[in-house]
Amino acid sequence: MAKRMVTWLLLLTGGLVMLTPLLYMFSTSLKDASDVYDLRLIPAAPTLDNYVKVLSDGRFLRWFANSIGIATVVTISNVFFDSLVGYTLAKFRFRGRYLVFIAILSTLMIPTEMLVIPWYVMARNFGWLDTYWGIMFPGMMTAFGTFLMKQFFETVPNDFLEAARVDGLNEFAIFWRVAMPLVTPALSALAIFTFLGNWTAFIWPLIVTTSKELYTLPVGLSSFAVEQAIQWELIMTGAALATLPTLAVFLVLQRYIVRGVVLAGLKG
Amino acid sequence: MQLADDGSGGRFWGGLGLRQKQVVWAWAFLAVPILFYALVRFYPTAEAFYIATTNWNLLTKPAFVGLANFERLWDDPVFWKVFRNTVLYLAIGTPVSLLLSFTIAYHLDRVRFMHGFIRALYFLPFLTTAAAMAWVWRWFYQPVPIGFFNDVLVAFGLPQQPFLRSTTQALPAVLAPAIWAGLGFQVVIFLAGLRAIPTTYYEAARIDGVGNLTILRRITLPLLKPTIIFLVVFSSIGFLRIFDQVYNMTSGDPGGPLNATKPLVLMIYQTAFSSFQMGYAAALTVVLFLVLLAVSLMQLRLLRDR
Repeated sequence: MAKRMVTWLLLLTGGLVMLTPLLYMFSTSLKDASDVYDLRLIPAAPTLDNYVKVLSDGRFLRWFANSIGIATVVTISNVFFDSLVGYTLAKFRFRGRYLVFIAILSTLMIPTEMLVIPWYVMARNFGWLDTYWGIMFPGMMTAFGTFLMKQFFETVPNDFLEAARVDGLNEFAIFWRVAMPLVTPALSALAIFTFLGNWTAFIWPLIVTTSKELYTLPVGLSSFAVEQAIQWELIMTGAALATLPTLAVFLVLQRYIVRGVVLAGLKG
Repeated sequence: MQLADDGSGGRFWGGLGLRQKQVVWAWAFLAVPILFYALVRFYPTAEAFYIATTNWNLLTKPAFVGLANFERLWDDPVFWKVFRNTVLYLAIGTPVSLLLSFTIAYHLDRVRFMHGFIRALYFLPFLTTAAAMAWVWRWFYQPVPIGFFNDVLVAFGLPQQPFLRSTTQALPAVLAPAIWAGLGFQVVIFLAGLRAIPTTYYEAARIDGVGNLTILRRITLPLLKPTIIFLVVFSSIGFLRIFDQVYNMTSGDPGGPLNATKPLVLMIYQTAFSSFQMGYAAALTVVLFLVLLAVSLMQLRLLRDR
């Protein structure tokens, strides 16, 4: 019993240690510049001045909106197309099916970093540099999502689809109205993973954007932090702004997110 | 579509059997994705290999130089330094993070009281943005009186450490936030793996009077093998591709003192988008590809041995 208590305490302590960087980030974002060197976690005189300062020129709000918009569009695209392809590969029998599957799966082997140079060249040729589309186009579909969805659509009984066929639904309606509602856990897992991945994405938005108005939040924060040099309370405020939304969403949807991450991790 | 279905739209569609119609639907569904994968995945992959054999600064036409970029790379001391760093990120990061996360998950699995809360504490850093957290950690590493770590060291009467300013400490210092952020994911996956082991195995072992350590070695670890392999490969690939943390923690001097922290991806980024040596950068991406391919093939092999 005592041993169990000790284990429990150690686990809790470890968990709190894990939070230290986040706690100090929030704490410092609420401190006046003169209090930054004070190690106390609870600010002596908490103030929102830093947030006012950081948000006042509108840059952060713009980056915020960019990130939300981009992550949303890419997520919707992935949820639709990855499902459509996953469904087709799982439920249709046709020549070339296996080839298409292997071809898509093989792209998992190709790291993003290998493609950024050709993508950059492509974006330059098509005039997509420094545009929202330029940031989004490489991620509109993923092999990971396709594979994940295929796995789940395989568990959908064919009888359901046949029944819908007998009722005279066309194939797209069967996919959209019958099959999709049966795999909602997988859809939310895919949506969470895709959104999070795009929300935190750094290297490609950094490469493809040059105007500050088009920066995503991580890229904007990075340039902002370099500008502020040693004004750590402002940098921490920016970092807090980039972190708050995902943490807030997590606190509300904890169960779904953990389950989604496990689903995506193990099946994908 | 509705018209086509009742047979009045077009002789072609009406003349098709159910199976043939399905084939048409299948290719219709796949048309846009196939175009996407061809243009945004396969063509760029081939192009990356092609650019690697050229000398190109984006302004003039690419000049074919054969394997010259790879010869240059072989003789480039910076490349070898960077290669060594990349391997170090993997060789330290993967075992350390897996050992930590397994230990946490193994014990957390038996905890009922506040299980979800404690799990959430470990998981939260996984949801953060690496670029943002890099700045928090960078601040932690600053000298007295700014940096948290040095303040704590000094408070305990220990000497200050240079961390990011040192050629030996900088790499682990940059790696720490990457391990920290990834730990929660690994814990959650391990917990799912542990949960999937039937309790009857444990009960049978207990009845036979087998000790905890033996149960761990003979039952838990072997049954967790697929989970472990998945996490080894997943985290290895992550550490081999490390970039966000390094870029942000060493932005004044990218790659740290004497390139002490520079990973392959940062070298690729600089070569391509600061010096515009596209050919050389593409050759470096080919190296990255080959390393990642080796890791993936290792996974396939290990899984087959199961």
